[in-house]
Amino acid sequence: MTTQSNAISGSPLESQALAPTEIPVTRILYWSVRRELWENRSVYLAPLGVAAIFLFGFLLSLFRLPGKMRGAAALTPMQLHVLIERPYSFAALLVMGSGFLVALFYCLDALHGERHDRSVLFWKSLPVSDLATVLSKAAIPIVIIPLLSFAITVAIQWLMLMFSTLVLLGNGQSISLLWTHVPLFQMSLMLLYHLLAGHALWYAPIYAWVLMVSAWARRATFLWAVLPLVAIGFLEKVAFNTAHFGAFLGRRLGPGAEDVPYTVDSISMAPLTLHTVLRFFSTPGLWIGLIFAVAFLAVAVRLRHNRGPI
Amino acid sequence: MTVIEARGLRKSFGATLALDGVDLRVEEGRILGLIGPNGAGKSTALHAILGLTPYQGELKVLGRDPWSQRDQLMRDVCFIADVAVLPRWMRVAHALDYVAGVHPRFDRAKAEAFLAKTSIRPASKVRELSKGMVTQLHLALVMAIDAKLLVLDEPTLGLDILYRKQFYDSLLNDYFDGRRTIVVTTHQVEEVQHVLTDVMFINRGRIVFNCSMEELEARYMELTVRPDRSDAARALKPMHERQVLGRSILLFDSGVSQNVDRTQLQALGDVRTPSIADLFVAILGSMPTQGVAQ
Repeated sequence: MTTQSNAISGSPLESQALAPTEIPVTRILYWSVRRELWENRSVYLAPLGVAAIFLFGFLLSLFRLPGKMRGAAALTPMQLHVLIERPYSFAALLVMGSGFLVALFYCLDALHGERHDRSVLFWKSLPVSDLATVLSKAAIPIVIIPLLSFAITVAIQWLMLMFSTLVLLGNGQSISLLWTHVPLFQMSLMLLYHLLAGHALWYAPIYAWVLMVSAWARRATFLWAVLPLVAIGFLEKVAFNTAHFGAFLGRRLGPGAEDVPYTVDSISMAPLTLHTVLRFFSTPGLWIGLIFAVAFLAVAVRLRHNRGPI
Repeated sequence: MTVIEARGLRKSFGATLALDGVDLRVEEGRILGLIGPNGAGKSTALHAILGLTPYQGELKVLGRDPWSQRDQLMRDVCFIADVAVLPRWMRVAHALDYVAGVHPRFDRAKAEAFLAKTSIRPASKVRELSKGMVTQLHLALVMAIDAKLLVLDEPTLGLDILYRKQFYDSLLNDYFDGRRTIVVTTHQVEEVQHVLTDVMFINRGRIVFNCSMEELEARYMELTVRPDRSDAARALKPMHERQVLGRSILLFDSGVSQNVDRTQLQALGDVRTPSIADLFVAILGSMPTQGVAQ
C-alpha cells in the first residue's frame, strides 16, 4: 500500500505553510476506502475463498492430466481448447462472478448500514464530505473489486499453469502443447480489459443505482433495489404487451446481445484488438449508462447529506 | 469571539415544532449546559449546530453555515452523541488510524496516551468493549483533536457513576483550557453543575431560561424556612415552594422580587444557592401547560 506514503509525504512542509488545516482529498479518499475494506472484509475474502476452493479442485484434477495429454495428439483444435484452456477461463469466471455478487451486496449495505447502526453520527463528526464518502463507497465495486478480481485471477492462473507444468515434467511429458494453448499474458490482458470495460464501466450504473437505494431506503434495501424494476417491466407488459424494459435490463446484466461485447458470461479469449475496444467505446449504451451512474451517485450524495440515522 | 449564533431557529417534524424560534449566542471559552425535558428540542438544536439537520432561521457556528459546510466545520468541531455511535466492527487501532488519516488536527500520541491509562487495548473491537469503555475511547479520540467547539449530547447516558465522574474530570482537567467552548446536554444535571459556566433551559422548542452560573448564584436563593417564619417568608413572594420532610423550601428570584436580599432571608432560615435541578423544576413547573414529571 504505497498510496499512503505518497499522500503523506506530498511535501508536508509546503502544504502546512499554505494551510495547516487542509488534508489532501486523495488522502481522505485513501483512508475512506481502507475504512470500507476494514468493515467489509468479504470484498476480498469471498473471491479469495472461491479461488482457493477452485484451485484445490484443479489440483485434484491434475492426477488425470498426464493421461489426458497423452491422448491430446488425436484431438481436433477445438477439443484441445476445451481440454486445456477451459479451466483457466472458468477460474476467471468464478472469481469475477463472486466479485460481482460481493459488489452488489456491498452496495446494498454501504449507505444503509451506517444509518441503521447510527455510526453515521460518528462519520459525520469528522471532516469528510458526503461526496468523498459516496465516492469512496462507489470505488469499491467500480475500482477495487475489478482490480482485486484481476490480481486474484492472474495469480490463480499462474499457479494452475505452474502446477500443470510440474506434473507434466514429473511424468516426463512435453509441456509445449500446454504452454501454446494457455497464453497467460494475452489472457491477462484480455481479462483486465474485460474487467475494466464490463465490470467497472458497463456495470457502473447498476452499482450506482443500488448505492442510491441504499442511501434512500429505511429498510429492505434489496426489495427496493429490485422491485421497482420488476414493477416497471410488469407495467409495460400489462399496458403495451411488450418487454423492452426487461430486454434492456437483460442486456445490461447478462450475456448476449450483439451490441454488448463484454459481460460476465461472454468472456472471450479472442485476441484483444483495437476494433473490439473501439466498438465497445462507441456503444451509446455505455455512455448513457455512465450518465445514469453519475446521476444516481449525485442523488446518493444528496441523500447522505439529508438523511440521518434510522 | 462568538462561537455559536442563532436567530429565530425553527425546525418542525411534520406537525410538531421541535425548535420554535430559538435565539442563542455562545461565546468562546464557555461551558454551556442545555437542560430540558425529553422531546424539548435539545438534540434537534445540537443537530442543527452540527449540520446534521436542516433548519429555518439564521445559524452560524464559528462563522460557518453548518448545513452547507459540515465537512469544513468539523475540522474545528467535535461531537459525542447520545448513544455510543462508534462503529461496532471497528478496531481501536483502526479508529486511531482513520481519524489520524482524515483529521488535520488530530494528535495520535495524545489519544494513545489517554488510552494507555484505560484498560482498552488497541487490538480490541468496539463491540468487545463495555459501554463505559466505548465512551472512554470516543473521549480519547475527541480530546486528541485540537477543536474549538465540543458538542456533547447526553455523553454519559447509561454509564455508571464512576465512568460519569471520570468523564467530566478528564474533560475539565485534560481538555478544557479556557479557549475551547463546550455545549453539553444531559439529564444528570447535578453532575455537571460544578462544570458549567452557563446554563440554558429549553422547553417545547423555546429557550425559557438563560443565565451564567455567576448570575445564577447572585440572583437565586433557596430558603429552608423555619416553621414559625413561613408566613413571613411567603409574603416575600417566592417563585416556587416545595415541601421536603415537612419543611418548606422557598425559591427566590432577586431579579424579580427586588426587595428580597440575602440578609433578610437569613433571618427566616437557611439560605443557599439552589441547584440547577431545583431551579429547573421551579421554572418549568410554573409554566402553565407543561407538566414536569422528571
